[in-house]
Amino acid sequence: MKSEALRRFRRNKVAVASALVIIAFIVAAAFAPLLAPYGPLEQDLANNYAGPSLEHPLGTDDLGRDTLSRLFYGSRVSLGIAFTSVVIGVFVGAVLGLIAAYFGGIVDSVIMRVMDVMLALPGILLGIAIVVVLGNGVINTVIAVAIFSVPTFARLVRGSALAVLQLDYVMASRSIGASGLRIVLGHVVPNSLTPLIVQSTLQLGVAILIASGLSFLGLGVQPPNPEWGAMLSKGRELVRSTPVAAFAPGMAITILVLSFSLVGDGLRDALDPKLKHR
Amino acid sequence: MLRYVSRRILEMFLALLGTSMLVFVMIHMIPGDPALLLTGLEAGPEVVEQMRRELGLDQPLYKQYWRFLVGALHGDFGTSIRMGVPVLEEILERLPYTLAIAVGGTILATLFGVTTGVIAAVYHNRFWDGLVMVIALLAASTPSYWLGLMLMLLFSLWLGWLPSIGIRTPMHYVLPIVTLAGQSAGIISRMTRSAMLDVLGQDYVRAARARGERERVVVVRHALKNALIPVLSIVGLRFGNLLAGTVLVESVFAIPGVGRLLVDAVLWRDYPMIQGTMLFVAAVFVVVNTATDLLYGVVDPRIRVGNPIG
Repeated sequence: MKSEALRRFRRNKVAVASALVIIAFIVAAAFAPLLAPYGPLEQDLANNYAGPSLEHPLGTDDLGRDTLSRLFYGSRVSLGIAFTSVVIGVFVGAVLGLIAAYFGGIVDSVIMRVMDVMLALPGILLGIAIVVVLGNGVINTVIAVAIFSVPTFARLVRGSALAVLQLDYVMASRSIGASGLRIVLGHVVPNSLTPLIVQSTLQLGVAILIASGLSFLGLGVQPPNPEWGAMLSKGRELVRSTPVAAFAPGMAITILVLSFSLVGDGLRDALDPKLKHR
Repeated sequence: MLRYVSRRILEMFLALLGTSMLVFVMIHMIPGDPALLLTGLEAGPEVVEQMRRELGLDQPLYKQYWRFLVGALHGDFGTSIRMGVPVLEEILERLPYTLAIAVGGTILATLFGVTTGVIAAVYHNRFWDGLVMVIALLAASTPSYWLGLMLMLLFSLWLGWLPSIGIRTPMHYVLPIVTLAGQSAGIISRMTRSAMLDVLGQDYVRAARARGERERVVVVRHALKNALIPVLSIVGLRFGNLLAGTVLVESVFAIPGVGRLLVDAVLWRDYPMIQGTMLFVAAVFVVVNTATDLLYGVVDPRIRVGNPIG
């Protein structure tokens, strides 16, 4: 079953290519100190506002910091924020969704109404609201994006849990006296995994957009940290003098977000072939 | 129909109430004492106590919330700490810019998204379909603030066709509207395509073709009319998102709208202003979503009788 899905995924050339792009970004993040020609904060004031050259393939900013090197180090921050926040969001969301589905009644209503209110706010607004309370910085940006992701996953898990709880074999297992925890972990969780994997992949792209958006506004990760959104915020001032400093970080965000959504689509088609070619 | 409308309107008020609670709780969770912030560190304890009483901070939380809610319903969102003007007055003064960009962006995104989506569906699995889908996905993945910078670079700094920042002439609106529309155009295009593909596979479309009707009539009168129903709900949702998206776009183009007002309020820790702008934008978002749902019920009778389409 799993290898069947893998085979279907491998046939999807676009999805495979996108997965390779994501892996390349992860490698760039992991080996940034080896790959980057300069340090992320290393200043070369004699060579500031430089265009692309052999020494600085993507030029330098106002302080003479190498844009390419900052991109490498920035991928650590952007990917780190995306992965951490989505993992937290999936975990908290899944637990809330399972509780809501399993207990039902008033517990379900309270949890889901709170989720509804959170979903009623546009993403960037909710992000700003959380940052207002927590303050800025890397950790708080992670928390803000994680909280933002929770309602999506809570709804998803609750939905598939409710469907699974009504299946005959779950009824059967309950009737032979299986405990609640056993039913949830043994039947509900495995059956909710497919939509969860797909949604997590798609959410990684959204997380990168929200986090870099907050940083662009000066509300998320703060300079001199080479987070891509923060770099773009600087790039806005440099757009006249050094266009490449404004171009490069945004291109990185776009490519990565695009790759995550293509891989997410590919995973959905591979894991659930019924959905394809309707 | 009446039951459907009243239920949706009740839900809207619950959502508004929830949002107001969320914003209220958010402001009260911020560490620090607003009274101390207003009076300054040199002020004696009795002055701070006086300020606390004036702001109503000595009251229990539910009473404070009630006061905030009653005030907000009377259009009193408090006074900006930074600018010393009533919050609502400042919001209303800046609203025209934001509204113009958000409405313009929604219209542009809808026109562009629906047209390209229909083209993609008609040429399903052929060259035009592929091209449209690549562009749509690219548009949906591009951060608006970066798209704005790149458009500014190309059309104002290099080509000199359009003004770059500020909002003085009609030409100043072009780049912000295009920037804001980009992401939504991509999303609407993908939605339209899949809705059209659904409809084009239906029996009545085959029947229309079998009757020998021209392809243009089949696509526009039979397919598009029905495919527009799900698209309409996405457009409503996108308007709310675009309204919030002005936060980013107004920062790129230095437009003094509501979005910029919110960001400045956060940077300056102007709490009444944060509270007011957040509540305002969220309320518009909720009301527009409800209006879309109601319109949806008018267009598609299946929804108001509570039979969700599969």
